[in-house]
Order: sequence, then C-alpha cells, then structure tokens
Amino acid sequence: MSVLITGAALPDGSVTDLRIDGGVIVEVGAGLSAAKATRIDADGLRALPGLVDLHTHLREPGFEQSETVLTGSRAAAAGGYTAVHAMANTSPVQDTAGVVEQVQSLGEQHGYVTVRPVGAVTVGLAGERLSEIGAMARSRAGVRVFSDDGKCVHDALLMRRALEYVSGFDGVVAQHAQEPRLTEGAQLNEGVVSAELGLAGWPAVAEEAIIARDVLLAEAADARLHICHVSTAGSAELVRWAKARGVRVTAEVTPHHLLLTEDAARGYDARFKVNPPLRRDEDVQALRAALADGTIDVVATDHAPHPIESKECAWQEASFGMVGLESALSIVQQTMVDTGLLDWAGVARVMSRVPAEIGRLAGYDAPFSVGSPAHLTLYDPAVSAPFDVGRLRGLSVNSPYLGRELPGRVIATLHRGVPTVLDGELRDPEEVARG
Amino acid sequence: MTPATHDAGLRNLLSVRDLDAAAAVRILDLAEDMAEVATREVPKLPALRGRTVANLFFEDSTRTRLSFEAAAKRLSADVITFSAKGSSVSKGESLKDTAQTIAAMGVDAVVLRHSASGAARVLADSGWIDAAVVNAGDGTHEHPTQGLLDAFAMRKRRHADASRGRDLAGLRVTIVGDILHSRVARSNVWLLHTLGAEVHLVAPRTLLPAGVGAWPVTTSSDLDAAIADEPDVLMMLRIQSERMHAAYFPHEREYSRQWGLTDERFGRLPAGTMVMHPGPMNRGLEISAKAADSDASVILDQVTSGVSIRMAVLYLVLSGAAAGA
Ligand SMILES: [Zn+2]
Repeated sequence: MSVLITGAALPDGSVTDLRIDGGVIVEVGAGLSAAKATRIDADGLRALPGLVDLHTHLREPGFEQSETVLTGSRAAAAGGYTAVHAMANTSPVQDTAGVVEQVQSLGEQHGYVTVRPVGAVTVGLAGERLSEIGAMARSRAGVRVFSDDGKCVHDALLMRRALEYVSGFDGVVAQHAQEPRLTEGAQLNEGVVSAELGLAGWPAVAEEAIIARDVLLAEAADARLHICHVSTAGSAELVRWAKARGVRVTAEVTPHHLLLTEDAARGYDARFKVNPPLRRDEDVQALRAALADGTIDVVATDHAPHPIESKECAWQEASFGMVGLESALSIVQQTMVDTGLLDWAGVARVMSRVPAEIGRLAGYDAPFSVGSPAHLTLYDPAVSAPFDVGRLRGLSVNSPYLGRELPGRVIATLHRGVPTVLDGELRDPEEVARG
Repeated sequence: MTPATHDAGLRNLLSVRDLDAAAAVRILDLAEDMAEVATREVPKLPALRGRTVANLFFEDSTRTRLSFEAAAKRLSADVITFSAKGSSVSKGESLKDTAQTIAAMGVDAVVLRHSASGAARVLADSGWIDAAVVNAGDGTHEHPTQGLLDAFAMRKRRHADASRGRDLAGLRVTIVGDILHSRVARSNVWLLHTLGAEVHLVAPRTLLPAGVGAWPVTTSSDLDAAIADEPDVLMMLRIQSERMHAAYFPHEREYSRQWGLTDERFGRLPAGTMVMHPGPMNRGLEISAKAADSDASVILDQVTSGVSIRMAVLYLVLSGAAAGA
C-alpha cells in the first residue's frame, strides 16, 4: 500500500511531504507525487513518530469483558500509538513462552499496533519464584521487559536475582514500586485529603522506599531497572540522584500523574481511583519538571480498563485504574507542550524513541528517514473539545477526563505504512488486517 | 410549637461540612422542638404521614437503626428496614442494585449506613434514586447525626432551657482516642468548629491521621496535660483492640494507662467538665465505669438526644419535597 502525506510539520518544525510504500518511508521532501497513493493532506498537522507505550493493560487472555488485544489495539491506534507493551497480569499470567506468544500473535493478526508482551518476573505474579524469563526472552515474542506490575517485587533477594538474571537477556525489570505492608488497604494518597475523606492512606514513602532500594540493587547488579508510574516528587528526586551516580535506571510517568491531583477524589468519584494514587500539586509540578529535564525518561499510559460496575460503587470497593491510550497525547500537550516545558521533538523523545529503546523495540530510532518503518501519527494540536465517551475506542469507559476540555486530536495513524486511523476515524479491522 | 414554622428543608445530609453555623443551629433548635414532643401524652407528630423512610444498613448498628426508626415513627412516617443482619441486604449486594430496588418502592428518604467511606455521597450523586439521602455513618468518614446529637447534648448541658438559638462559641472540647478510624471524631471536629468551639485531639501519633495538620484543631499525645487544661468537654472514643495487631499501640493495658479515662484521671477533672462517649463503651479500657456513670457523664443524654436530632433531620430532608413525589 502506497501513501502520500503532504505538508506535515515534523517534530523539529520543518514542513515536508512523505511518501510511503511497502511499509517504509521511501521519499521525504517538498512537492512529492505518487500516482495511485492514498493521499493525506497534513497541512496544519504535526507529524510525530508512532507512539510507543511501555505500560498497557490489554486484559486478554482472561478479562475480555474489560478489554481485548483487538479493542486495546484500536484504542491505542486512536491515540496515535503504533506499539504497546502489554502487561503480564492476564489470566493465565504472561509467565510462559506460550502465553506471551499467544498475545503477540493476536496483536499481529489484528495489525493496529505492534503488541509487545511483557513477561512476568515471578510465576503467577506471586512474588515467590522467578518465571521462565529465558524462555520468554528467546520465544517468538522476544520479550525484553519483565514486570509483575500491579504487584511489587518486594522481596529484596528476589528483586536482586531478577535484575541479575534478566540482564543476561538484555532485558529490563519494570518495577511497580509499592511497599506492600505500608499500603495495606490503601485507597488514596496519604495526606490532607485522605484524612478528611476517611480513606486509608497510600504514603509517598511506600513508593520511595522501594525505588531507593531498587536503584541500589540495580547498581550492585549492574543491571537495567525501569520504574513504572513514578508519582511523587521524592521519587523523581531519587531517580535523579541514581542517574547522577550512573545507575542504569529509567523511569516513566503517566499522563494522569502529570495533570490530576488528589483533590479530584473529594467527591468519591471512583474514576479517579488509581494505583499509585493521584498525589499533591507539588508532586505534579515536580513530575513535569523531571520529565522536562530528562530525569523521567518516558510517558507511559498505564491504560487500565475496567467494566462499569467496578467503578459505579463506593470508592473502597472500586477497582484501581483508568483508561488512558486515547487521551495521552492530549494530556501531554496540555501539561508539557502548552506550558512550554517540552517541544514536539521532546514529545517524540518521551513518547516514541526512548520507550522503544527501553523495550528494545527496533524501528523507532530514525523516524521520518528514508528506509525507516512508517510508524507515525498526524496530530492536530490546534483544536480543543470536550473529551467525550465517543473518543474512547476500547471496551471500557473509565476515563477521568470525560467532560473535560482537552486540546488536540489524532487525525491519522500509520502502523508499518498501513493507516489505522484516517480522517480522525479508526479504520475497520478487515481493512487494517489486510494491510 | 409546630415544625411547620421551620421553613426550607435540606436536600440530603451527607456531611456536617455541608452545614454552616446557621443551618446547624437551626437543626439543633428543631431538635429542641422534637424533644418536647417526646414529653407529650401522645409522643407523635403527623408531619411525615404518607412518607416512606428506608433504613438501609449495610453495616449492622442496632443502636443507630433503632434511633432512626423511632425518629421516623414519631413523625408518622412509614419505615422499611433493610439490614445486613437479616437477609434483606445480602452480602456482596451492590449499593447500586439495592438502591434501585428501593427506588422502585417509591421511598422518599434513604438512611444509609455503610462500611465504605463516601457511600452516602456516591448514592446521592449517582442518579440511581430520587430520594433524599441521610448519612447514618460511612466507613471512617462521617456520622453527621452523631456529631449533631453530641453538639445538642453539649449545648443542652451548658445552656439548659436557654439553648435555643445558641452556638457553642468558646466551648473547649477535647476528643481522645482513635481519631484515624473515627467517623464520630471527624463529624465532631468539623461541626464543633463551625459552631465556634475549640477542639483539641489527644491520641497516640499512630492514631492521628497524616494530614490532621490541616484540620481546625490542636493535637497532642498527652492526656494528662489535656486534663490539666481543664476542658469543658472530654469525649472518649471507643478503641478497638484489633488495632494493636496492626501495631498502632502495644497492648490494651498500655493504651489504658496512657489514653484511658481512669478513676484517677477522672478525679483530676474539674467538676463542670462533661464526659462523653459515642458508645458502645469498653468500660475499663478507654473509660472507667465510675467516669461513665458519674454525674459528669452526658452519655445517656447523648442517646436521648439521638432521637430528637434524627427527627429534626428527617423532617428537614422530607419537608422540601411534596408528599408522594
Ligand atoms: Zn503498576
């Protein structure tokens, strides 16, 4: 399939045409033409490299009432993503080569995005025995990111061994930093709001204590460590300190931790219940600064779909998590670009190139260069509209942004040169699967 | 008196923080009127005839349930009770399903007791029912009618027959015990502050919430110093012995020694200090029998005030809407 994009503004601001054929970029420059190509007029649009999410919950196998590989892939494409890393807390858990290969091939079959399964660090996420890390790494899925996300690898010995063992496969351990004893029954950031609402607090120190320990373990093991969803100012400070020491640590922040604070919980609306919890405004500002200065490497969505009934209930009975793939780029624009903290080249770095590097995903190192795979998205940053349920393209609607005015809109997404979104609308599964 | 002289009702009663001083005093005054009804030969008003109140108790509390039932009946309302203790609210049944069942019965007000903080607010905001919602205790958040009846009892003890129209300006109240897990403490703190009282909290650091610094109170861990300060009211909270398993304090004897109202500490209290407890009491743990049964104790007044306050609240939430709506 041949595509001609005209008049797109690249991340660096230069305006160009792009010709795509056979899944790769074949020509870049002004005044390009192609006889039988699908033409996309990108005048006024920003071209970004295809976004890569390091932290997605696709829920299949096991929780298909919340999301499937297909529906989650569509949500991702609608948000400008061309690759997602699918977290391991499925049922069965992604802790064997068989399960990760199944998830990966579902992704290939649907074709909206590249689905990179994350392997569980421990069998069944139980935190007791290492899972078949080698088999998953050497499987067809080629797993490089290992995580018990949803649970913390809290046993220090097991974490040490995991870091050492995974490093032998060029992998990385992505830690969900949450000291379990300090967060028993925890519902909300521990502080002023939890005190008033009478909800059990989730103290910042429960995250920071694990990060402090793990950066030291990673240093001792000379292994790669990735910190999932950093949520506090103190965590950012620890990562900054560790990087200055030369520790091989990377960190992610979610869009919701860049925008929302614990105050959103005051009405007990469970759409704002997430783990780690929404924090204070001081934390939000520190996380933005840390993302801007490179302390925090990437934005990752922690897209966590849940059925309606697990949010339409009392706060402490509700599930943790929010969907985020469809809104991530808008939130990053609002919190980082419109505030002057990051330019579009910076957005391309934190949402595409660096997450691909951390996940050892090829094809994202030289976007918009002749010969590179055509993973890209065309985005209109000039529009602004209330974010409504129609913008959600997965199975679940647990978005904290419904009703909120958000900037920007994804107009087109191309995965391996195949349009998955055109004119702001997802293309049909049959068309996408045909390529 | 006739309650009809009190106009405009409340939509719901979810938190005492929704009440300003005037609204709170109005409820206390209306409760004075309601208390008078109880002294009549026929202690009953026709005010809520034809209206239906559902007591929805996901968490069992016989005392609070009976108090609300008595209040509704004295106002001639019909009462339906759904209680977790019986089988009418089955374990694990969702708030939403139960609420919708109730809505189908044409209920005018729901009195909700739930183990989850915020449950009453979620129900009121949900759109699942049209009925007014009265929070009868939600998790560790609030227990607004308890706060109101405590304020009522304090005002009555202080001003007796001259209570009407008064707030609690200048009253010095010390609350002792498990503040962290106490919905009673939260409702008292906000309401007493609104009414002009000064509130001091005494607890081991482990049982004071992180974030208490933002509350309009002073705090300490020293009960003896608090007693030496001669408070007007000393409110002892129930301590649950399971808290010691979560390392909040070492054991019951230590708790009692440091934060219990023992006979010896009781002896050091000024004669005029009111001793309060929301009940049920652990006699000999947070409060000695002597202190609980003394003349200084307002504990039985608290129980009596409960019905009057709940009559006032039910009247106010149901007087806004038309009968049978
Ligand atoms: Zn996580």
